[in-house]
Amino acid sequence: MSTTDHALRPVPQILVHEVHRPRKTKLWLDWVLTTDHKKIGIMYLVLTFVFFLLGGVEALLMRSQLAVPNNTLISGEHYNQLLTLHGTTMIFLFVVPVMAGFGNYFVPLMIGARDMAFPRLNALSFWLLLMGGIVFYATLFYQPPQAGWWSYPPLSSTQYSPSGGQDAWIFLIHLTGISSIVGAINFYVTIANMRAPGMTWGRLPLFIWSILIYAVLLIIALPVVAAAVTMLLTDRHFGTHWFDPTHHGSPVLWENLFWFFGHPEVYIMILPGFGIISEVLPVFARKPIFGYKAIAASTIVIAFLSTLVWAHHLFTAPMPLVVLGFFMLSSFLIGIPTGVKIFNWTATLWRGSLVMTASMMYAIGFLIVFLIGGITGIFLATFPVDWQLNDTYFVVAHFHYVLMGGAVFAIMAGTYYWYPKMTGRLCNERLGKVSFWVTFIGFNATFFVQHALGLSGMPRRIYTYQPGMGWSTYNLISSIGSYILAIGILMSVYNFLRSYKHGKIAGPDPWKGNTLEWYTTSPPPVNNFDVIPRVRSVEPMRDIRLEVEAQTGRLQKTGGSEQFARV
Amino acid sequence: MRRAVTFVRALLSAARRNGVRILALAGPLSVGVYLAAAQSASAACCTLKSGASPNATSIATLYDIIFGMAVVVFLGVMSFVLYSVWKFRAHKNPVALQIHGNTRLELGLTLGAALILVVIATVTFIKLPSIVNPPNSDASASAVLSASLTAPTPPSGQKLTICVTGRQFIWRYTYGAGCNKAAWQDRLPYSYQEMVVPAGVTVDLLIQSSDVIHAWWIPALGGKVDAVPGFTTYTWFKALHANELYHGQCAQLCGTEHAFMTALVKVVTPRQYTAWIAQQRQLVSQQNAQVGQIRQYLAKQGILSSSGNF
Repeated sequence: MSTTDHALRPVPQILVHEVHRPRKTKLWLDWVLTTDHKKIGIMYLVLTFVFFLLGGVEALLMRSQLAVPNNTLISGEHYNQLLTLHGTTMIFLFVVPVMAGFGNYFVPLMIGARDMAFPRLNALSFWLLLMGGIVFYATLFYQPPQAGWWSYPPLSSTQYSPSGGQDAWIFLIHLTGISSIVGAINFYVTIANMRAPGMTWGRLPLFIWSILIYAVLLIIALPVVAAAVTMLLTDRHFGTHWFDPTHHGSPVLWENLFWFFGHPEVYIMILPGFGIISEVLPVFARKPIFGYKAIAASTIVIAFLSTLVWAHHLFTAPMPLVVLGFFMLSSFLIGIPTGVKIFNWTATLWRGSLVMTASMMYAIGFLIVFLIGGITGIFLATFPVDWQLNDTYFVVAHFHYVLMGGAVFAIMAGTYYWYPKMTGRLCNERLGKVSFWVTFIGFNATFFVQHALGLSGMPRRIYTYQPGMGWSTYNLISSIGSYILAIGILMSVYNFLRSYKHGKIAGPDPWKGNTLEWYTTSPPPVNNFDVIPRVRSVEPMRDIRLEVEAQTGRLQKTGGSEQFARV
Repeated sequence: MRRAVTFVRALLSAARRNGVRILALAGPLSVGVYLAAAQSASAACCTLKSGASPNATSIATLYDIIFGMAVVVFLGVMSFVLYSVWKFRAHKNPVALQIHGNTRLELGLTLGAALILVVIATVTFIKLPSIVNPPNSDASASAVLSASLTAPTPPSGQKLTICVTGRQFIWRYTYGAGCNKAAWQDRLPYSYQEMVVPAGVTVDLLIQSSDVIHAWWIPALGGKVDAVPGFTTYTWFKALHANELYHGQCAQLCGTEHAFMTALVKVVTPRQYTAWIAQQRQLVSQQNAQVGQIRQYLAKQGILSSSGNF
């Protein structure tokens, strides 16, 4: 131990009591019937991690196929099915709902509420998500969809995709879409109405800000894709011709509708990740977040701009030059609030007192990979450059840096950060750090070389390629990297599973957190709090801790962070 | 409390004084890094294909300019993060500085980021004409040219038009003006997969699809353009060197054999091109004559009706 005192600060006396009621139902029935936001949150997280692993297996199969030229491991048909399953799973069944999982668990806790505003609606949105997943994965037993997660017609029409798999995909979009809209309304109402006394908008934790904006974006974007897939459904089965060029329909209409949803969706996936990073960094830097207002405001600005940039996915589609120019400039604009965020996060590290936990390492790893993803976005927003790079592996690299490196690293940081609160036990820090390094190295090995692949002309979505194109070495590196990445992720998953039984007891506030979820036991009782404290700043828990310190004049040990914090 | 305020103030003024020194150091450094990066971008791994056609070359130059700036920004932020992680570990820096922000710094960096984007946008619009507007063909190539009014057209109005039609999973090329309207009546020459073009000639491509969405793309000859059924899209290139073979392939998922929808562009001299076109024309008319004979025979046998149906 060093001479610092911050590891020895007292733990506030926590006033919560578990309400004991004899359980009459069976344990599994208890989970099925629950409307408790914490149990629903856990179910969300477990289910979405299962889908994450499924999507990962699909990715590994594709990388195995591409490891060497002229590989015959997977046929073109199966490859297209895999890429459709992978994209759809990761977006609709993992990244979007996993954020809803964190939101479910932590929104009421962080704003000092006892549950979500509509608990039964909350349960509905979880079960709809599960139904969506089942409908979609049931296609494995007949014919999975193979037109991609973007499903451009005419390829997704009955003529070129006659199988029911495409209809299952439409059904999935509807089910998960309703699930997300219902959840989003719930988040919005909860945050708007159920905050602790004194928690004004200017004292809302940044994670809550990001969930609020996530909810607003879901409400804006999802009805559009619901309409679009319904039009696709009527095109396929009821004789309409919205997107059918042989009957004066327009495939470009679908592209516009889809990406009007699709680009806000990108920010739906990443904004809660930004929120997690904004919570994790100040706690482990032992320092207030730098520029709270700037970060909150930039979240709102990003959300607004995200509805104005969709056509940068269509730079090669038939569109007039002036439209391309507009969407280039609007896409550039979105780089400014994103830059503000990166600047404020790095400034939060500056002159802090950094405690390098696994969660903190994932958060700093996020900063680095997200920076790369953000910078390559500028290349793609410049439409003449995009004419060369669109639909190549450069794009694949770009959005995996943003979504895999960005969102998934943030999810990992959040899981390591909140795991003790959710389970009452700490993860194995050493394994967590090893997992971070393996994941980080594997991730960069997989995706960094894909920039070079795109620049040397390899298009996306091809299931094989010829030798002598200059692509073989990069592809092999990328495939080896993907296995390393998978090992890193599996180490973390193993860590989460093992620590559930064998982790050290965490205590209520192992990290010396700033927000109210640490002002209750780990895991919290059904009612969350007996007494809800008055909030006087962005960091109510820190205020409470300092107040207790001042009143007692006693330094107490915290819940157990000093054993791995290496202060 | 007051002591903390004076401390922060002293710190900020020190930063301001040091700011000049940091700028004096960082300015030339970033210019150096920028030039080195823009230069090294020409290595095979890190840049786009250039030199074969003026539009591709312009795009590659634009890319290199952005790449240089990207490297400077990346190294700047990255070194700041790594320095902070190295310097401000809890055991080295036990007490964290309790600051909540700095509006002036915040605004300054926001403006800085905006300025970079303004520069990129300006460079893009300066480069844009050389990417979208086709130049004149070389004088030596006038034999293969015709006048046309469809966009894009070089200043002289003289160009070679080729229609590109995508379908699962092959590209078809029809040579000559009016190829999208009267290809059959005029019995225009055509070829599949391999396109033959004369060097030094501005080639105007009319891109269409007869089934699903494809994307035409030869990396060495410029950017890609979607082939969308129901739409006609345009692009152009001017292959500068004869006796070259450029490879490309469909860039939009179009079905199971998308990976094999490749395209080749063979660049020949204008004289060779004229000879090749004449040969193709002859082959097409020979084939037509043969098909006509077979058709007549089948009609006589009663296998084919007079309307041409079996």
